This record gives sequence, structure tokens and C-alpha cells, in this order.
Amino acid sequence: MAVSRRGFMAAAASAPVLMTVQEAMAQGVAPRRGGTLQMMLTPEPPVLQIGVNQQGPTLAAAPKIFQGLLTFSPTLEPQPVLAKSWTVSPDGKEYVFNLQENVKWHDGQPFTADDVVFSIMKFHMELSPRARAIFSLIETCEAKDPLTVRIVLKQAFQPFLLMFDATAAAIVAKHLFDGQDYRTAPAVQRLVGTGPFKFTEWQRGNFVRMDRNENYWKPGQPYLDTIIYRIIPDSQSRRLALESGQVLLSQASDIEPFDIPQLRQRPNLEVDTKGWEYFSPLSWIELNHRVKPLDDARVRRAMSMAIDRNFIVNRLWFGVGKPATGPVASTTRFFDANAKIAAFNVQQANALLDQAGYPRNAQGVRFTLKHIPLPYGEIWTRLSEYLRQAMRNVGIALELESTDAGSWARRVGNWEYETTINFVYQFGDPTLGVERTYVSTNIQKVTFTNTGGYANPQVDALFQQARAAAAAADRARAFSEVQKILVEDVPQIWLMELSFPTVYDKKVRNVITTGLGVSKSFDDVFIAG
Amino acid sequence: MDPSRLPGFLLRRGVKAAIVILAIVVCNFLLIHAAPGDPASVIAGQSGAADERFLAQLRRQFGLDQPLHVQLWIYLKGVLTLDLGFSHRQQLPVWTLIRERLPATLLLTGAAFAFAVAAGVTLGTLAARRVGTWADSIITVIALTFYATPLFWVGLMLVLFFSVWLEWLPSFGMATVGVELHGIDAVLDVAKHLLLPALTLGLFYLAVYARLTRATMLEVADQDFVKTARAKGVPEGQVVRRHILRNALLPVITFAGIQAGQLIGGSILVETVFAWPGIGRLAFDALLARDYAVLLGVFFCTSVMVVGFNLVTDLLYAVVDPRVEVEG
Repeated sequence: MAVSRRGFMAAAASAPVLMTVQEAMAQGVAPRRGGTLQMMLTPEPPVLQIGVNQQGPTLAAAPKIFQGLLTFSPTLEPQPVLAKSWTVSPDGKEYVFNLQENVKWHDGQPFTADDVVFSIMKFHMELSPRARAIFSLIETCEAKDPLTVRIVLKQAFQPFLLMFDATAAAIVAKHLFDGQDYRTAPAVQRLVGTGPFKFTEWQRGNFVRMDRNENYWKPGQPYLDTIIYRIIPDSQSRRLALESGQVLLSQASDIEPFDIPQLRQRPNLEVDTKGWEYFSPLSWIELNHRVKPLDDARVRRAMSMAIDRNFIVNRLWFGVGKPATGPVASTTRFFDANAKIAAFNVQQANALLDQAGYPRNAQGVRFTLKHIPLPYGEIWTRLSEYLRQAMRNVGIALELESTDAGSWARRVGNWEYETTINFVYQFGDPTLGVERTYVSTNIQKVTFTNTGGYANPQVDALFQQARAAAAAADRARAFSEVQKILVEDVPQIWLMELSFPTVYDKKVRNVITTGLGVSKSFDDVFIAG
Repeated sequence: MDPSRLPGFLLRRGVKAAIVILAIVVCNFLLIHAAPGDPASVIAGQSGAADERFLAQLRRQFGLDQPLHVQLWIYLKGVLTLDLGFSHRQQLPVWTLIRERLPATLLLTGAAFAFAVAAGVTLGTLAARRVGTWADSIITVIALTFYATPLFWVGLMLVLFFSVWLEWLPSFGMATVGVELHGIDAVLDVAKHLLLPALTLGLFYLAVYARLTRATMLEVADQDFVKTARAKGVPEGQVVRRHILRNALLPVITFAGIQAGQLIGGSILVETVFAWPGIGRLAFDALLARDYAVLLGVFFCTSVMVVGFNLVTDLLYAVVDPRVEVEG
């Protein structure tokens, strides 16, 4: 199962980007104009202004309204969006973007290079921690003319282009935000972008509606008249809505993984697990290294060996996703297939713990650890229940404490946990999404930093080397080496390369065409008659 | 009841109510802030990336960098001027958020309430009049079944039956979205969406009303004044309506008063299953997101409702049973 799945993913990754369009054309289905696409948005985001809010649901819905300079293919090659073309200087420091002509904001104002400079240097620099970390490397960012943006970096930074997708740095209208508090500006409630759909209505707790942008810069597009996101809080109700055809598409965690097998049986539905290559979420058991004996690498390795990742993927997630082999997901750049964590082996795990000096007591328990399941739905509770079982096999008692999302974020952020589950986006490049969890310079009391407190000078140095090197080959060497160290040290116990199923009615076409899945503009999506 | 005593009664009760509500507001405020986590850490946890500056910015904007007693004082001042505050998470005034959702909840719970009272009292009366017969048994069994079954399960089963199998009714939402409907079509559309959630919510309470009515009617039916009425030749229908039912209604009114107070907050489960855009859901989401201002706003509205309906219930007693005196 695992092998055939890997082959399937590899084939998909190497296929041409617009495969689905060609497929559709081959079947004689020309894009059809018109129709309303009803989807779901879970959970309902508080604000849809990208940048002000960066939650998953916002990143899925807002790219219909806002666009970035680029987007990325399933193999993470940059593709033009608002930037028609671009050049990178040989030393990797100067980037020049040539912008699309005749692009207008939804309020009729022209889109220019000034909007791009404002979005990068002011808007995202102020609002987004992720963008701030990268854009602070910029020395100058200027509008050479209304359709050309030139950026010079203080030092070469190879993953720089990855920051220009709509989900990372959407371009916003300068005339609506400049000089105001970006979080409270009126435009946050009345969204204005350059995308194929205009924001029309949001009845909170009910639906978000977007309508076709008649002045969209791609001629003849978008095909859909209207996109409606329904807010359906209960997962079983969402499944029913999809099965009964009241909505045509489900995304991200709309549908629980254990409902997927039944949905695969439905002849009218397509279950697609591609489209997560850019985010590449990786899940792991998050260990707090300040808690003994989690500071002992042998203990961490033994715990990792006690887990049957194939069971997690096949029995809990029903084949959606794949077992993790290390700190870098196989879909992220610079993944080294040779650096692998030790295989599942309960006997060896027990031997390792005996060796490390943690004997079993009369009840067969070596030590007890507290564990907070991730409060994001039933599936995560099931995962933690499996882990309790797996740890019991090697004499480690895992005590589950349930909590809600607010307490989870607070406790992880304040290092007030022993073990928990976490999953983190990799954003295409280890410097962007992997480094942060392992370097000692990023040990902070904030979620998604190195909250575990792992510190290894060698790892720090290699990540720094990979960050600073201009050439991909140099970076690859450093990343391979750091992956080899990390799979031995097991600072966090990687479990799964997550993927989220996109389930849709087969008459909806061109749904997943990029490495960003449903977080794309949908200007090419249509409903076949 | 002596009408001249009414203004004094209302005044005394009004003052008491204000004090109670103020105490509730303070308790709610302290309880909510005692829960671990704050809105800033929730947002950081949901954003996939954060740094110290991001958290500090959010906390300053939300006013969370102030000491707790200052925050409480600011909130109380707001409530006293009927300003429920601002949801920094959603960038909207709390009252706007509540006002948007209030009609949906009132429609749902109002319909369920009316259905439960009407059908419950009718069924209870029927059962009491035919006590011991098969009709009584059937009504009692039905009432017990719905009383004992979890709401969300009843909801899901209704959806399975009416939406998935029969495809008669929509399974979620409050209206068809994306189609322009006007006049009678729009009303019918909402009614179609309303039927299943209102039925789900109403069935539970129906059971309570039916059982309550049946029990009290049987009790009243044995009393001397009923025998007298029968002895002097009053027709049976009139005996039931005027003598038995009217006297049996007091406990029903008590219960209805309590339920009416819960109209705002009592429907979270049904709102969740049917994706009904009501206020119960707003409160639940606000709780998970630690959106303090919204949660306190909803609590404030519910406590006003409870206190208000208690007052109405007391007045109703006096209308139904003239022997009851209103007292502050």
C-alpha cells in the first residue's frame, strides 16, 4: 500500500502542471462559463483580509480575491500571476519583477508597482511574522516604473521567490491602507483585491459570497459566476452536505479522514490528496526537552522506534498522507531520501531504553509522561490514543490531558507541556519552514518556534550555512548533513507528512492544478454541464 | 391583582434585576479571564507562524496589556452605557455581531418553543383524558423517547430521513444561498430550512410539557371543585378547559418561563448540527477563540432575557390565577 502510494505521488509530482486542463480538453470538455460553486469554510475565519489573518481557512478563501506576484507548481517551480516575468541576478541579490498590464483593483483603481512596494515593505512587514523574518533581508525595494519592481537583498537568499505566493505575501491596495492602522482599516471589512472574484457578502455563521470580477485581467476568465462558502460547524453535517450535493467541494479538514473511505465509493465524487506540496505540513510528537528524560537522545529514538507509522497512515488516516521519514517532508525542496529515522521495532526500542538506564518497575512502567492531544478534531484524539498504546508497549505511560485550542496554544507557547502533537507547514524550503523548529537561536515562548528547546551547535551552524549560501548545490549539501544529524538525534518525533483530501463532484474541473491546492484563485475552475 | 400596585412592583423588580445583571457581568468577566489562554495566543496558534512582536502587538490592541481590574472597569463602564465593546478578533462591534445573529436564534427557538408548548400541552391533555388507554401509553412512550434521546442524534436522524433519503428538505443553513427569492418564496424557503431544526429542538421540550401537563391534570381532576362542576352538569369539554386545564397550567407556565429565558443560549447543539447561523454558535466559537468581548456580550443578553422572562412569568401567574398576588 505504502509503496504504490509513493509511486502515485511521484508520478503526480512530475506530471505537467495543467494536466487537468489537458485531460478535460482530451475528453472534449471545453471550459463552460457560468454557475455557482458552493464550498465550505471550516472553521469560520474572523477576518478574510489576508495578512491581517493568516489562518488556514483565510488562506484557502482569500486567494480568490487577492493575488500574489507568483504561484507555485506541484514541484514548486514559480509561475507568473501578477508578475508577468522576473529576473534574478547571478549573485542572487537582485530581483526584478515585470508586472501584468491592465490590472485593476476591484474598486476600479489601477494596480501599479507602488502597490507591490507598499505590500512588501509596509503591509506585510508590519503584520506578518513570517514575511517580516524574510523581508527584513531587503535592502531596497523600489518601483522603477509603474510596471517594474526592483528588489535588492542585503545578502543572497535562495528561497526568496517562495515568499511571493498570495498566501505568503498577497498584494494589497496601497490607496486603501496607507497611513491607517492596517488591522482596523475599513478595507478589512470590504475586501478589495485584483483577483477573479469580488467579495460581495458575508453573513457571519452562515456564508461568504464572492462574485465574478467582470474586469479581471485574464480575458474570458473566471468561468464561474459565483463562489459561495457555507459555514457548517459539524463534521457529519458537512459530510451529508457533500453527499447530498448541496455543496460541490470540500477542502482541508472539512471532512474527517475516517469518512474518506465511504466517500471514495461514491461514483460522482473525486477524492484528491494532492495540492499540499507548498505547505507540506509535517506532524510530530512535540517533546519538551526541559522535561527529563526527554533530553536523552536514546529515549527519543526509542520512542520513535515504538511507533508504527504505517498503522497511523493506513488505519487512522485511511491512506491520506504518508509516513514521515525525517524532519523534511518529501515534497519540500532539499529532502534527502537517504536520511531516514530508524524503522519501527518494539524489541529494539525496549532494548535501547534498558541500555539507557530506565528499567521497568513492578507495573512494567519505566516512566510517565503527560500528553496533550491536539484539540483540532476527533482524528487527533484517536492519534493520541494510539500513541498511548504504542508507548505502553515499551513501558512508557502516556497520560492524556484534554484541552481546547486556546489552552493548547498558550501552554505550548509557554513551554508548559511535556509532550503534545503539533503539525507545522514547511513552505517549500527547509530554511522557511523547518529551520525554525530546531535552531537554538529560535527558542522562544511563542508557538511554532523551537518551543521544545532543542540545542545543537552543529545543527545551528548547518542551517545557517544553508540559509546564507547562494548556490542550490551548497545548500543541498548542508541540508543533507543536517538531516542526517537530526534523524539520529530525533529532537521531535516525526509522524506523518499530512495531506488533506479535497473531495469534489466530478463535474467541477481544474480544482487542483498547483502546489497550493485549493489556495489558488479558481479563475480556471469551471463546472462542466 | 390590584393594578395600582403594578408600577411599584415593576420599579422594585427593575432595581433588583439591574443589581443581579451587574453581578452576573462581573462574575462572567472574572470567570472568562480565569480560563487559560488569551485571544492573542489563539491567533498565534492558528497563524502557523508568530514572533514576540506579533503577540505583543495583538495584546496591546486587544487591551490585554492592562491590569485585570482596569480591564474590568473599562468593560463595566461600557456596559452601563449599553456599549458591549469591540471584538478585536473580528474587527466589529460586539453589538453588531449579536444583532446579526439574534433574529436567526429567536426564529429557531421561538418556533421550537411555540411548537413544544402547543403540541406538548395538547398531547398532555389528551393523555390525561384517556389515562390508562392505549392512546395514553403511546403518548407517554413517545414523550419519554424524545426526552431521553440526545438532541444531536435526533437531528442527524431527521436529516438522514428527510434530506438524504427523501430529499424533501435541506439539511443545513437558514435559506438557499445564491438564488434571488422574493416575497412568499423567500418565506417558504426559510420555513423549509426551519422545519427540521425547530422540530429537533421542539421535540425535547414537547416531551417535558406533555408529561408535566398530564401529571398536573390528573392531580387537579381529582379535586372537589371538579366533582362539583361535573355534579352541577357542566359539559365535559368545558370542565376540562375551564376547571382542570386552567388550574393545571401553573407549573407549565413556570417551566415555560424558565425555558423562554434560555431561548438565546439553549440551542448551541441544534445550531451546530444544522449550521443555523444563530447566537449559540457565536458564543461557542467566541469561547474557543477566547473572544472575551463577544462572549461577555452574549452572556449579558442571555442574563437580561432570563431576568426579563422571570418578571413576565410572575405577571402571567396573576393573570391565570387571580388568587396570586404580585409582590416585589
